[in-house]
Amino acid sequence: MKRILKIISYLGLVLTIVPSLLVFKAVFDTKVHYNLMIVGMVLWFATAPFCMRSKSLDEKEQ
Amino acid sequence: MSRGQKSTLIERLDALYEYEREPVTKDKLHGWKTFIAMFSGEHIAGTEFVLGPLMVMHGVSTRDFFLGLLVGNFLAVLSWALLCAPVGVKTRLTIYWQLRRICGPYLTIAYSAFYAIILCLLAGAMVNVAVTAVSIPFNIPNPDFAAGEVIPTVPWILLAVIVGAVIAALAVLGFEKIAHFSKICAPWMVLVFFAGAIAVLADIGCSSIGDFWRVANEKIFTGIPAGLNTKYTFWHVMGFAWLCNATQHIGMADITIFRYAKKWTQGFASAFGMYLGHYGAWVCSGILCAAYLAAGNTNPQPGNIALFGAGFAGAVCVVIAGWTTANPTLYRAGLAIQVATPNWKRWKVTFAAGVFMVITACIPAVNANLDRIVGYYGLFFMPLGAFIFIDIWVFPKLGLISDYAQKAKLMISWPATFAWIGAFLFSVFLYGKDHYGWLSRLLEGKQPAWLANIKADLLFLVAPEWIVAVTLYTIFSVIQQKAAGTRIQTQEVGQ
Repeated sequence: MKRILKIISYLGLVLTIVPSLLVFKAVFDTKVHYNLMIVGMVLWFATAPFCMRSKSLDEKEQ
Repeated sequence: MSRGQKSTLIERLDALYEYEREPVTKDKLHGWKTFIAMFSGEHIAGTEFVLGPLMVMHGVSTRDFFLGLLVGNFLAVLSWALLCAPVGVKTRLTIYWQLRRICGPYLTIAYSAFYAIILCLLAGAMVNVAVTAVSIPFNIPNPDFAAGEVIPTVPWILLAVIVGAVIAALAVLGFEKIAHFSKICAPWMVLVFFAGAIAVLADIGCSSIGDFWRVANEKIFTGIPAGLNTKYTFWHVMGFAWLCNATQHIGMADITIFRYAKKWTQGFASAFGMYLGHYGAWVCSGILCAAYLAAGNTNPQPGNIALFGAGFAGAVCVVIAGWTTANPTLYRAGLAIQVATPNWKRWKVTFAAGVFMVITACIPAVNANLDRIVGYYGLFFMPLGAFIFIDIWVFPKLGLISDYAQKAKLMISWPATFAWIGAFLFSVFLYGKDHYGWLSRLLEGKQPAWLANIKADLLFLVAPEWIVAVTLYTIFSVIQQKAAGTRIQTQEVGQ
């Protein structure tokens, strides 16, 4: 399950950056880029909190 | 204030930091990964959306910008790795307890109080950044400081009050959870900065990577200041990149973090924060600003430029970037202020700091002059870090006693007090003689030629002030320790 969430979260990051490259290459127009970035954002925030663990400094290192 | 009241104040401050009084034990040390994640997250903040555009508005050229950031950030990384991290790893103490040993409790209280004020100011700048995006769906115009709007409209102020209240409430309710959330946001925020900038490049005539340098010279970092802004050169950019976190690295505030490092070399993890945040994000926000202006818009506020480059996701990024950095900043300010308000609950203190934060957020001049404010802030706190460095590494070699204030049971170290004031005034004088009208008039015709020839900007003064600080502190300490004339046991008090 965690692996699937991780893959979806990475997909979210891909959808955040790749559309801008395609706008630069004139494949997309800006509107598509804006919409895909929203999709990427939703995917990232829907999955990353469940598969990313961040330690505070007071926690012991495993 | 009576002596009784003073000692109560010191006791309260000690009690507040009591839980971190002991050096960090070996089982709590962290590796590279934690530090890389921490630095990468902390230096992609809301203010990155302000600083890149500020450089564009100051007419920096492409070469000066890229080279200045390269060198300035390199100096910042070296400062963390060679000055700050070795001290953190050697002593394993927080900045609070380290200062208390060297400077005495009174000066530590002064440090906490000044730090609280500057933290509220910075949190306000971040709220301002967040509000510039929140205001967009409500069609509330952001104040245009360059056009003379020194106070925002009433609806904008109301929005700032609401955003500030939410941030203050969240700071009271769950600082740890928001710190965790900000780490989750970091990788996405970095990509939003880059995506926004890449997407607008075509709008300003850049159709291939090979075109970038030409377009950057012609359309982005043109070398021509906007409006009444002063011209920035390589030296300004380099100085600013080095100075903007001076309190944390040369000023040693981050020994509190590096006391958890396994090795001093982990100080080099700061490179991830500097080159992603203070290089990549500043370049990207500069590009966004230039493209936004080239499209015929005015008033390049963070919310507007992010919306322009990355759409709704960009606006959300600005809100999150402002919020996640304002939150811990406000929390730390509340912690510092609590010293002076012993009978207040934590929520009351945080809300009091929140009021100051909201007032700051409603002053457009703060963000318009953020580089100057950050410059003063760095130069103000930096001497204390210089004292720590010298006290630990050089004093034993000179035959001087380290941690003298603690060993001699002094309430205040006069060498540290006068060296702190002297070093900061040195910088203020060198900058002010050509930039403060009253001081320029006072000195007119009275400066020797060599002094008149020194035209120092605030951003050039990191290294000179550090040298003045350590020189004054060492001379004063020699005088103090010779005059004392008594042998003080080098063992620590209480051990």
